[in-house]
Amino acid sequence: MSSTAVATTEAPKAWDIVVAGLIKENPTLKMVLGCCPTLAVTTAAGNGLGMGLATTAVLMFSNMAISMLRNVIPEKVRIPSYIIIIAGFVTVVMYILKAWLPELDKALGIYIPLIVANCILLARAEMFAAKYKPIPSFLDGLAMGLGFTLALFSISTVREILGNGTWFGIVLTKNLWTPAVLMILPPGGFLAFGLVITAMNKVTGGRVVMPACATCSPETGTCVDPVVGGAK
Amino acid sequence: MIASIIQQVVVTILTAILVENLVLSKFLGMCPFLGVTQKTSTAAGMGVAVTFVVVVTAGLAWVLNTTLLVPNKMEYLQTMTYILIIAALVQFVETVVRKFIPPLYKALGIYLPLITTNCAVLGVPLLNTAKNYDLGMSLVYSFGAGAGFTLALILFSGVRERMDRADIPASLKGIPSALFAATLVSMSFFGFQGLFQ
Repeated sequence: MSSTAVATTEAPKAWDIVVAGLIKENPTLKMVLGCCPTLAVTTAAGNGLGMGLATTAVLMFSNMAISMLRNVIPEKVRIPSYIIIIAGFVTVVMYILKAWLPELDKALGIYIPLIVANCILLARAEMFAAKYKPIPSFLDGLAMGLGFTLALFSISTVREILGNGTWFGIVLTKNLWTPAVLMILPPGGFLAFGLVITAMNKVTGGRVVMPACATCSPETGTCVDPVVGGAK
Repeated sequence: MIASIIQQVVVTILTAILVENLVLSKFLGMCPFLGVTQKTSTAAGMGVAVTFVVVVTAGLAWVLNTTLLVPNKMEYLQTMTYILIIAALVQFVETVVRKFIPPLYKALGIYLPLITTNCAVLGVPLLNTAKNYDLGMSLVYSFGAGAGFTLALILFSGVRERMDRADIPASLKGIPSALFAATLVSMSFFGFQGLFQ
């Protein structure tokens, strides 16, 4: 009997976690979580990559810490607890960037502290780290973070090449065409994100799994209270 | 003197609503923008709830930041303090409103829990701190930002209500078509660039 109870909490295989994070359940392109940084910082490939990796770093360690504390944190205050843990790691990453990569920190601006409010982190804490052991949770954070990075990198590549004619600052379209500045302006963010999701839908033959945030399902109108926890 | 203050207030509010719209040019609060804009009534409810929480949070954040964090050289706790203010405030407002103003709770109740992880609510106090606004300007800017958020949600929900009936290819249904519509709405707001100065 006890073996079945253990089996239910056993984490998926490492390979499955990686495939889910990068493609099958890609947090940005399939679940449409964390749209704010996806649209805001993807004006240049370097910024997209930097934001993705910063979020990955936070996600790996917050997932691992939450998983280690999963039997200690009381059910009722779990969401505020997760947010505090996440905010701690975000602050660490923010000051590391300020010290060693000041240019990237300047380019990303307030979107670095805003990683705290990125739905991906809370969603992975709730869906994965709260259920499984630290090592698989760390791997899940890595895979989901890289999936997010992949999405940001592809969107920012589209935007930088079309909007500025460069890629990582290297001029590509010198005499080919005049760059469409619109693509690096706010409307271009929506357009490029829409195009990349459409391409992903076409390739994988599916639609987005979950609209909007992890804590609510707007289609049914039911929401989980993030503070008390429990369906309304 | 008074005239110049009024002018500054009006310019700040209009800039926050039209030129630097929270959703359409700063990309804050995308989740509700894509998530609760299927109907105009829910969009309006969400907008009012966010405006209310943003103004109160910005005020509290300013007070705690200037009286507690800056004098003690603890600016590194800003993010954590602001998110705690939001979480506590949302819970407090929900309890108080439910007890004393039931009609308002009925109208805003289901939106309040969603606000805790709304990056617009965390983003506005962070922007206020980054721009070094004083208390009055923080409150004015927060109100403008909330009003801009509400306007964007209501306009976009109008677009989406019509789009639901359109016949489009399967891979464009749902989020992609919503994003393409958002492109057009954002482009129209782009016309307000350079309205002031």
